[in-house]
Amino acid sequence: MIPITHYLVVAAALFSIGLAVAVTKRNAIGVLLGLELMLNAVNLNLVAFSRHDPELLRGQLFALFVIVVAAVEVTVALAIVLRVYSHYRTIDPDQISELKK
Amino acid sequence: MEQVAFYGFSALAIISALFILLTRNLMYAAFGLFLALVGVAALYVLAGADFLAITQLLVYVGGVLVLLIFGIMLTRPADERPDAASRPNRVEVANQRRFWGILIAVVLFAIFSFTILAGNFALVGDVLISRSTIRTLGVELMTSHLLPFEIAGILLLVALIGAAYLAINRTPSA
Repeated sequence: MIPITHYLVVAAALFSIGLAVAVTKRNAIGVLLGLELMLNAVNLNLVAFSRHDPELLRGQLFALFVIVVAAVEVTVALAIVLRVYSHYRTIDPDQISELKK
Repeated sequence: MEQVAFYGFSALAIISALFILLTRNLMYAAFGLFLALVGVAALYVLAGADFLAITQLLVYVGGVLVLLIFGIMLTRPADERPDAASRPNRVEVANQRRFWGILIAVVLFAIFSFTILAGNFALVGDVLISRSTIRTLGVELMTSHLLPFEIAGILLLVALIGAAYLAINRTPSA
């Protein structure tokens, strides 16, 4: 039986790495990869706490809805990325700065 | 045995995540995400969430990751920089941003670890032991969580229509 603290530390590591990926990647799809990692870390926390709630499993239900919303988010984000690419010919977030000029 | 599996799959997930962070090739990063997602699914199994692990594999590995790889292939940046000559004073700042991003992540991880270790969770209640969660999840989804379930269905429909509308007819002149 693994103590819950170990799950939480692993999830914290995954969340931090996902944040670093989302900040450092110079590509909109790389940012999406980081977001997926962060959502997975959150789900891992929910599942780990849900282990102590075997009658109702509320944590696992919440994690299920998080997975649904993550799928929706990545679908719409990729459609937007395709539109941005067809308009600017790049998906580097640093170069899409027309509103600043 | 359980300990070995837990630490092995944790190491798999974290090392793949670090590989995503460090690699420059976006396609390799997508494959690293595949390994990380499989590792997280195995951790779900070890936490007693069998249905969620299968859902993770189906939705993330089967759907989201394939979609991301399609996105990477459809938006290949040009290899050469044609505008390098027109903007000679452009300064590359990737290294600096990489430094700050990793620094923020390390500080955040330190704060999280300190909070978790200082938290000293004392949880009451029974612990889930080797029983399938599918029955409980199904009953809960159809009774107490019916409204979120329906809203999730409508959200999926809206996202389907919206993504198709956004992605279709990408060049209005054609």
